[in-house]
Amino acid sequence: MSGRDAILSRIRNAVNASDDEDDPRRVAVSARLDFPPRGVIPARGQLGHDGRIELFSKMAEKAAATVDHAASAADVPALVSAYLRKRNLGARLRMGSDRRLRAIPWVDERTLQVMIGPTEGSDEVTVSHALGAIAETGTLALASGRDNPTTLNLLSEHHIVVVDAADIAGDMETVLDSLREGYGKGHMPRTLNFITGPSRSGDIEQTLLLGAHGPRALHVIVVGGKGG
Amino acid sequence: MQITSPSFKENAREALDDEQLQRAMRHVRGNFVGRRQAAIDALPEFEELRDNARAIKDHVLGHLDLYLEAYERKVEEAGGTVHWAETAADARGIVLDICRMNNARTVTKGKSMMTEEIELNDFLEASGIRPVETDLGEYIIQLRGEHPSHITAPAVHLNKDQVESDFRRAHTDLPADRDLSEPVQLLSEARQVLRQKYFEADVGITGANFLVAETGSSIIVTNEGNGDLTQTLPRVHIVIASIEKIVPTLDDAAQIVRVLARSATGQDMTAYTTVSTGPRRANDLDGPQDYHVILLDNGRTSLLGTEFQDMLRCIRCGACMNHCPVYHTIGGHAYGWVYPGPIGAVLTPALIGIDKAGHLPNASTFCGRCEAVCPMRIPLPKMMRHWREREFERGLNPKVARYGLKFWAWFAKRPSIYRFVTYLAMPLIGVMGGPRRRFRFLPFALGWVKYRDLPAPEGRTFLQQWRDRQTLNQDARA
Ligand code: SF4
Repeated sequence: MSGRDAILSRIRNAVNASDDEDDPRRVAVSARLDFPPRGVIPARGQLGHDGRIELFSKMAEKAAATVDHAASAADVPALVSAYLRKRNLGARLRMGSDRRLRAIPWVDERTLQVMIGPTEGSDEVTVSHALGAIAETGTLALASGRDNPTTLNLLSEHHIVVVDAADIAGDMETVLDSLREGYGKGHMPRTLNFITGPSRSGDIEQTLLLGAHGPRALHVIVVGGKGG
Repeated sequence: MQITSPSFKENAREALDDEQLQRAMRHVRGNFVGRRQAAIDALPEFEELRDNARAIKDHVLGHLDLYLEAYERKVEEAGGTVHWAETAADARGIVLDICRMNNARTVTKGKSMMTEEIELNDFLEASGIRPVETDLGEYIIQLRGEHPSHITAPAVHLNKDQVESDFRRAHTDLPADRDLSEPVQLLSEARQVLRQKYFEADVGITGANFLVAETGSSIIVTNEGNGDLTQTLPRVHIVIASIEKIVPTLDDAAQIVRVLARSATGQDMTAYTTVSTGPRRANDLDGPQDYHVILLDNGRTSLLGTEFQDMLRCIRCGACMNHCPVYHTIGGHAYGWVYPGPIGAVLTPALIGIDKAGHLPNASTFCGRCEAVCPMRIPLPKMMRHWREREFERGLNPKVARYGLKFWAWFAKRPSIYRFVTYLAMPLIGVMGGPRRRFRFLPFALGWVKYRDLPAPEGRTFLQQWRDRQTLNQDARA
């Protein structure tokens, strides 16, 4: 008997399974998979559009991210430039081919140099576009692919993430629903990163230190602002 | 890993005399407890989420075969491969086959208790493959040739100065006069040293906090980002997870994530919660070419349907040990195997045998804090009691304990004699306690009085006081 069959048959014995097609256990499992029940959704994130933006910023900052607000995509390059200058960083950015990033008029900031493609670790600053965000916890959601390669989320020192204000949801479940819509029920991007603040470690004497193996700093630019 | 659980008593004694350890354990008491409480106070729905998290896992355990099959179908649909391993040896064999097929020489690893359980590192090394731990805590203890002393904070037993000297010893190509006095300098050095390793590795191995049947995804919940680099940069990603890690849907995972991070570190969310589904796709520019999942039983199915089934709800958050007075006092290594603290006291006898791990469920004061904080509401003290019963049934306790219990039981079953003897004995023992009214020496209990005094009984017995109280109550009502 294969390992698979042995494990499954031990489980079936323990749970008194039956082979019946309309075994209530089978019915329960396919019902749950087809119609995932909503669990307990904390009231914290259940706010209107403006409230969600505010809560998202507050929670992201609590997790040691920094947050800027841009009225429109046209304002993003100036904010990025200011961020880089303030920290004495070079003006080179690496990003994927996300059309929302491409629509940003980077050339408005003369000094900014934009490179496209995944990173091999030598880029100090990377830029991604989030597919959504979670107000409840100040979390960004990023999907892998040509548009926003996963390495950009992990290998730079400073990770700048652009997110549309309209995509800031109250809770994770709402983001999951929009993924089901976008990728088809039961399908997912290869990697979905939920990111809450820069990387950190508490492994030395339980003191929380920022900048472990991932980015040392996470900067979020919310585009669209309030009332939008 | 050598099992030292049978010599738990000696281990504990050594731990009490270990100054470095005692110093380090103060950070556990000081930090974990308060951080968790603050996070929970800020979320009014926490208890409701706990109930739901428990219900989800109970539902999974009752339908585990079906969810595993559904999960397997989805992984394969996404281009991944699922392997089933009954035992630790099976799992090691599968890892080795995959490594050999890919001519792997170096393997990077994210933090994984499952790979501790199957002793993967020793095995890989013996097979000529170099395993590199990338979680900071795991990296430190790998340099020291040690094992984790905590399931989420593996190097919690160490102090900063110990880490500094380990780094000086291991990183000889760095300038000897560099400053490493600050923890953040140690972190930067580890970051710099490990960065190269991610790129060199042929295979990356991670555990999983959840396997999602709805989508065939594996989820890791981390803070450092090392797990993500481990599974993104090498050509091959292997996930090793025990079968009870299954949850039905992404929504279910989102529910349990809310109690996991708060219970573990007091965060609302950890920095990285990553959902991986299959290998690199046509429109991906990075990520692994191959994605393998090893579903490991290693004793789990033997707990299903028994009084220990609830243990399979465990999400390895570490809250039970963070709040355990015994763990605070002796640290994790004294427990003698992979899982320390209350979870170890229940799981270790199940996985390596009560004959070897009998001391562990006995090393509890039954204060009940572990159950009170366990996000999955696992009745840990009750299960320790089950182990004590099994140990007693099999005659594994020492003679003094067995006869002592029998002697006491004889009296307890004869209430009038019990009352009479205690009525005579209590004042007498009270006097024997001397002017300090404490015992520093007790026959048959030398170990107990070595670290504390036993207060001598004061005045009347419990039963006498109880009777008076009943009479008082009746008078009050009349
Ligand atoms: S037993 Fe409970 S508290 Fe302990 S690690 Fe498991 S889930 Fe966490």
